[in-house]
Amino acid sequence: MTATLSARTVGSPAGLSRRLSTYLYRRPTLALVLLLTPPLLYLGVIYLGSLAALLVQSFFSLDGFTGQVVRKLTLATYRDLLTRANLDIIMRTTVMAAVVTVTAAILAFPVSFYMARYAAPRTKAFLYLAVLLPLWSSYLVRVYSWKLILAKEGILNWSVTRLGLEDALQWLLGLPGIGGPSLSVSLLGMFLVYVYVWLPYMILPIEAALERVPESYLEASGDLGARPQQTFRRVILPLVFPGVVAGSIFTFSLTLGDFIVPYALGNSALFIGQAVLAHQGTAGNIPLAAAFTVVPMLIMAVYLAAAKRLGAFDAL
Amino acid sequence: MRKRVGTAAVLAALLTLVPSAGVVTGQAGMKQSIGKGEGALSIIAWAGYVERGETDKNYDWVTAFEKQTGCKVSVKTAATSDEMVALMNEGGFDLVTASGDASNRLISGKRVQEVNTKLVTSWKNVDPRLQNAPWHTVNGKHYGVPYQWGPNVLMYNTNVFKTPPKSWDVVFTEQTLPDGKSNKGRVQAYDGPIYVADAALYLMSHKPEVGIKDPYALDRKQFDAALNLLRQQRKIVQRYWHDAFIQVDDFINEGVVASSSWPFQVNLLQSKKQPIASTIPAEGATGWADTTMLHAESRHPNCAYMWLEHSISPKLQGDLAAWFGSVPAVPAGCKNNALLGPEGCETNGFKNFDKIKYWKTPVANCGGGRECVPYYEWVTNYIAVIGGR
Repeated sequence: MTATLSARTVGSPAGLSRRLSTYLYRRPTLALVLLLTPPLLYLGVIYLGSLAALLVQSFFSLDGFTGQVVRKLTLATYRDLLTRANLDIIMRTTVMAAVVTVTAAILAFPVSFYMARYAAPRTKAFLYLAVLLPLWSSYLVRVYSWKLILAKEGILNWSVTRLGLEDALQWLLGLPGIGGPSLSVSLLGMFLVYVYVWLPYMILPIEAALERVPESYLEASGDLGARPQQTFRRVILPLVFPGVVAGSIFTFSLTLGDFIVPYALGNSALFIGQAVLAHQGTAGNIPLAAAFTVVPMLIMAVYLAAAKRLGAFDAL
Repeated sequence: MRKRVGTAAVLAALLTLVPSAGVVTGQAGMKQSIGKGEGALSIIAWAGYVERGETDKNYDWVTAFEKQTGCKVSVKTAATSDEMVALMNEGGFDLVTASGDASNRLISGKRVQEVNTKLVTSWKNVDPRLQNAPWHTVNGKHYGVPYQWGPNVLMYNTNVFKTPPKSWDVVFTEQTLPDGKSNKGRVQAYDGPIYVADAALYLMSHKPEVGIKDPYALDRKQFDAALNLLRQQRKIVQRYWHDAFIQVDDFINEGVVASSSWPFQVNLLQSKKQPIASTIPAEGATGWADTTMLHAESRHPNCAYMWLEHSISPKLQGDLAAWFGSVPAVPAGCKNNALLGPEGCETNGFKNFDKIKYWKTPVANCGGGRECVPYYEWVTNYIAVIGGR
């Protein structure tokens, strides 16, 4: 028994595999099809299939009373999506994502610039660690600790009062739209937390892009009489722009889809991620949740198209 | 070539979707006898409703049941009524502790089956005020066994209110509180569409000309009046609560001093030595009365019936009332319970039964030829109010 088995595994498979490889070598198309089918099936069925399922769900509707999905194609769900309250949710989320992205880019650029051009190897390693360190702890823990930091009885409020700046904080919280009773229940506090949690995703791609700018270009620019400001605007920025866009795709899409931060902080006004969760998980309104999910997909498509027009992907 | 592959993928995806369309519903007739246990039982419940001594070993009404019947209990907690309905629609569960704003939806959606009360031997001990309650009895058929009930109380900070607030006014209109500061940004409201009924209840006393008789059956004009009140409330609400523990945190760390709440949070805050008390103001209060209901396609009906009987045993009822701050559906549960104490039922509102308007699902056809605003409009409009519309 053992003998025959081993004879087989040693003998014929070697011949078989050789014949097989010869056969495939002569037919490159077949080889390609065999190699590509499994990943394409995965991409097509699991990845695109689930997207298609989502899209189809969004054309179903919900029986308002029993809460059961009516599986008949209709545009009613999209009509529900376009009510003013839902447009508010979409608008609120998009504006927040845009503001967070711009702020993160402005904060990240100097840090990345220092890391890429000036920091000594040791300092650089330390800075890398400092940027990445928060990502090693749970995102939930960080968000909830921010809730405590920003609370009315929290440490930030306490320090501000100690410094005699409570009037400034009160003025800030009194601003219409972004203010609130305390930082943790205002859009302002939410914005601070978003910038905090997504900043590393902006710093790393910008830093990588800055590292690729050859020193000689900057020297050449200086030799040709450009002032530092001109060098920055005409040489560095265009070369680093793809990195900024890469980072912005992270921060923008992550903010668009997030539901944990608005759950713990802010003034209870819904964001897209929460609306999806509420309609899908809580109200059982899967069609509306699906329609809501289509929104960030569309926004991201527009965003990427705009980035492409600006030449962000030319270097790819 | 590429195009054809794309089309094929989409077609394949569509084909996999379509067969799942028809869902089998319903089951013929109710059970006539209880057989041997199936060894398992899954329950959808409010947090804290089915305890096995994991949080506090004194509160355990599962372990003994499992030992006695051999039915291994698994619990899926849900945070809102809508979530319970969604889970029941998904299926795969045996029982649900549904409140009145979910129970009728489950009945008309045929997600639950009629319960044979003859098989639940302790049925006669159930509080007579609950036995034929409309949230589980439809056309004389019982679709569940009452579990617990309780009021949505007004929770307040005793450092700010030296005497209990007499009206829900303190959370609905901007005013100066007894400590000399405005209530703006210091009150909360419940983050569920059913809260529209709280506004309607308030209007019953304060604006009788709107003519609200039942806060769950509002015509267009009454509904709009309630929404207007809620929009006004939005300006003073610090945050809408949906997570009991976040509300507890907000009362400790965020300077919140008054809110609609459950006795559960009141007990929790008092156990943390916080200056907190609760009251039912003059307008009355909304409340919940929960029913354990049996899924139409339950796979463990024998274990489920054994649990239904167990669920109304006085010991369980008293322990649960002490734990959750609710009132037993079986009055015998109030007596001789060490955890609840002699005054427990009184504290949790046993005598307030008539002051409470119990959660039920708002429907379009609300009787008497009136046309009312249905529940899904409560949902969309309440989301809009919270968003500042």
